[in-house]
Amino acid sequence: MRMESKQKKQNTTLQQRNYQQLQQKHEIKRPVLKNCIKAFFVGGLICFIGQAVSYFYIYFFNFTEQSVGNPTVATMVFFSMLLTGFGVYDRIGQFGGAGSAVPVTGFGNAVISAAIEHRTEGFVLGVGGNMFKLAGSVILFGVFSAFVVALVKTLLVIWGVL
Amino acid sequence: MLAMFFWSFVIGGLICVIGQLLFDVAKLTPGHTLSLLVVTGAVLDGFGLYEPLVDFAGAGATIPITSFGNSLVHGALQDAKAHGIIGVLTGMFQVTSSGISAAIVFGFIGALIFKPKG
Repeated sequence: MRMESKQKKQNTTLQQRNYQQLQQKHEIKRPVLKNCIKAFFVGGLICFIGQAVSYFYIYFFNFTEQSVGNPTVATMVFFSMLLTGFGVYDRIGQFGGAGSAVPVTGFGNAVISAAIEHRTEGFVLGVGGNMFKLAGSVILFGVFSAFVVALVKTLLVIWGVL
Repeated sequence: MLAMFFWSFVIGGLICVIGQLLFDVAKLTPGHTLSLLVVTGAVLDGFGLYEPLVDFAGAGATIPITSFGNSLVHGALQDAKAHGIIGVLTGMFQVTSSGISAAIVFGFIGALIFKPKG
């Protein structure tokens, strides 16, 4: 990729380069600070709701503070199914940016919206085949990096380094 | 308890701000950003740094996607302690079972009851 873009730069004529500069000048700057503040409040609010759900499980279902993450995540994914299905999560996403994508509800939204979107292609090839289209990379890199990290740590323990 | 709500809001919000900066400043796609955050969570747990954050901020640390990497490593290490090296594979999904099973189950239910919009 990088090689390609370097080559592209060399092959451009003066006119093209001038145009690129002009384009850059007029490109709309992303309002980074505003986006970050929005992401902070939307993401914070989702985690705040998650905390309330956590306390619900701790008090009524005898989970500990360590094990409560598991049912909390499942509940948040359930909420995200309802919000995605009624088309509300898209609007939250437009406002909150990463604030709605980074929490696990964003992961749920990616899976669920892909599943709903592809149902016209049938349940096996459409829903089944496309469900993890967007979220698949998160699972792949999560699992693979976790495998490497855990393997290295286990080997270090076995060899007595740690 | 009130402090826990406060810190979950702040830490969860800050992790999302990191994600937003990766969107806007590093110009990564959402897919790249989320993958990077998951890997970060896994590496942080490898150094034993994520668990203190969970103790401190509760849902602020368990709700962002970084906790997915963290719990994958956690499960793998737990089983590796009990069964040796093969435990790395067998324990991987033990702690984080619900995130993926919930996504699959509710994703399918969602596809059954909701119609695509727009």
